[in-house]
Amino acid sequence: MRKSIQGIGALAALAVAFSAFAGTAFAGKDKMNFGKYQVGELRTGYTFSTPETRAIQDDDFENPAFLWVDVGEALWNKKEGKAGKSCASCHKNASASMRGVGARYPVFNKKLGKLQNLEQRINQERVEKMQAKPLKYESKELLGLTMFVRNQSKDMPINVSIDGPAAPFFEKGKKFYFQRRGQLDMACANCHVDNPGGMIRANLLSQGQSNGFPLYRLKWQKPGSLHRRFRGCNKQVRAKPYSYGADEYVNLELYVAWRGQGLPVETPAVRM
Amino acid sequence: MAKARVKVPKSVKKGEVFQVKTLISHKMETGLRKNKKTGKKIPRKIINNFVCTYDGKEVFSSDWHPAVSANPYLAFYVKATKSGPMNFKWTDDDGKVTDKSVNISVSG
Ligand code: HEC
Ligand code: HEC
Repeated sequence: MRKSIQGIGALAALAVAFSAFAGTAFAGKDKMNFGKYQVGELRTGYTFSTPETRAIQDDDFENPAFLWVDVGEALWNKKEGKAGKSCASCHKNASASMRGVGARYPVFNKKLGKLQNLEQRINQERVEKMQAKPLKYESKELLGLTMFVRNQSKDMPINVSIDGPAAPFFEKGKKFYFQRRGQLDMACANCHVDNPGGMIRANLLSQGQSNGFPLYRLKWQKPGSLHRRFRGCNKQVRAKPYSYGADEYVNLELYVAWRGQGLPVETPAVRM
Repeated sequence: MAKARVKVPKSVKKGEVFQVKTLISHKMETGLRKNKKTGKKIPRKIINNFVCTYDGKEVFSSDWHPAVSANPYLAFYVKATKSGPMNFKWTDDDGKVTDKSVNISVSG
C-alpha cells in the first residue's frame, strides 16, 4: 500500500516536471547546429549534454573511457585459452578487421537461432575460437574489449538489419519499447519519444539513443554497457530490471539501434 | 593496478611552453560513502599526491583531496629546456606509487 502511494506521488511529480519544463530547455538548443551528432530529426545524447561534458568527450585524451579502451586493446593482443591464440592471431589489425562491425550489432545468429549483441559475440569468440573463459558482463575486461571493438567503427553510421530472420526479434524489441511497465506505468517511449528536451527531476531527457555505448557516465564514475542503462531506466519507473545479456534486452537493443539508424557510432561517449 | 596515460607533444622547441596531459584510473574512494548492505563506511583510498619532474627539477606537484573525481585528469604547462625524460608519480593513501615516464624531445 505504502509503495503504491509513493508510486502515485512520484508519477504526479513526473507529470508536473514534464509540463513545467518541456520546451524551455529545448527551444534555444533546437536552433543550434550539432554537426555530425544530428542526422535529420535524430540527435545523439551528446547534443543534450552540458558543454563541460561534451568537452570531455571531444578530447580523446581527457575522456577517461579510453583507459578502458586501452585495457581492451591489450586484451585483443593477449594470448589466452587452450588454443594459444589472441584475437589478433586471427583478426590481425582491429582497425581494418573490426571496422564497421560495431555499427551492425546486434545481429541474428544462425547457430543460436536468436539475436546476439557485441558483448556476446566477443565471448563466443573467446570460448569457441580461443578456448578461453568468457568474460563477465560489466567487467573491466568485457567493457574494455567491447569499447575497443566498437571504437573501430567510430563515426560510421549505425546500420542494423531488421528484416529476414531478425524481423520477429525486432518486433519483440519494439513491443518492449512501447509497453508501459513498473509502478509508474511508463514506457521507454513516454520519456524518449514524447519528451526529449524536457526535464525529469534534475535530468534533461534525450532521445535515448544507443550509438555511444558502452559509454563513460560521470555519475557511475566508470563506463557501463547499454544493458546497465536499460536496467537503470527500468528501475527509474520502479519496474523489475532484466539481467545483463537477457534476450529481452538484446531484442530491445536492436529496436533502439534502429531508431538511431544513420547516427554515427560515438563509442566511447561521455554522459552525465 | 592503476593505469596511467600521459600525453606530450612529439617534439617542442627550446623555450616553448607546452601542455602535458595526464589521466589515471583510480576509484578515488572518499571515505565518506557507506556500504549499502553492511552500513559500514568504505575506507578512504585516494591518490593524495602527484609529482612531475623534468630536467632534474620538480616542475609540477599537487596534493589531492577526497573531492577529486574518480579517474582524475590533470593538465598543466611546462617550459621546454632540454631533451630528456619527464617522470610522473602518483602516490596512493597506502603508499603505493604509480610511475610513468615519457621522453621530451627538444629542438633548437
Ligand atoms: C581462431 C581464429 C579466431 C580468433 C582467435 C578470434 N576470432 Fe573472431 N572470428 C574469426 C572468424 C573466422 C570469424 C568469421 C567467421 C565466423 O563467424 O566464425 C570471426 C568473427 C568475429 C566477429 C564477428 C564479425 C562480424 O562481422 O559479425 C567478431 C566481432 C570477432 N570475431 C571478434 C573477435 C574477438 C574480439 C576475438 C578475441 C576475443 C576473436 N574474434 C578471436 C576467427 C577468430
Ligand atoms: C521516466 C523516464 C524514462 C523512461 C521511462 C526511460 N528512460 Fe531512458 N533515460 C532517462 C533519463 C533521465 C536518461 C538520462 C538522460 C538522457 O539521456 O535522456 C535516460 C537515458 C537513456 C539512454 C542513454 C542515452 C545516452 O545518450 O546516453 C538510453 C539508451 C535509454 N535511456 C533507453 C531507454 C529505454 C530502452 C527505456 C525503456 C526500457 C527507457 N530508456 C526508459 C529516462 C527514462
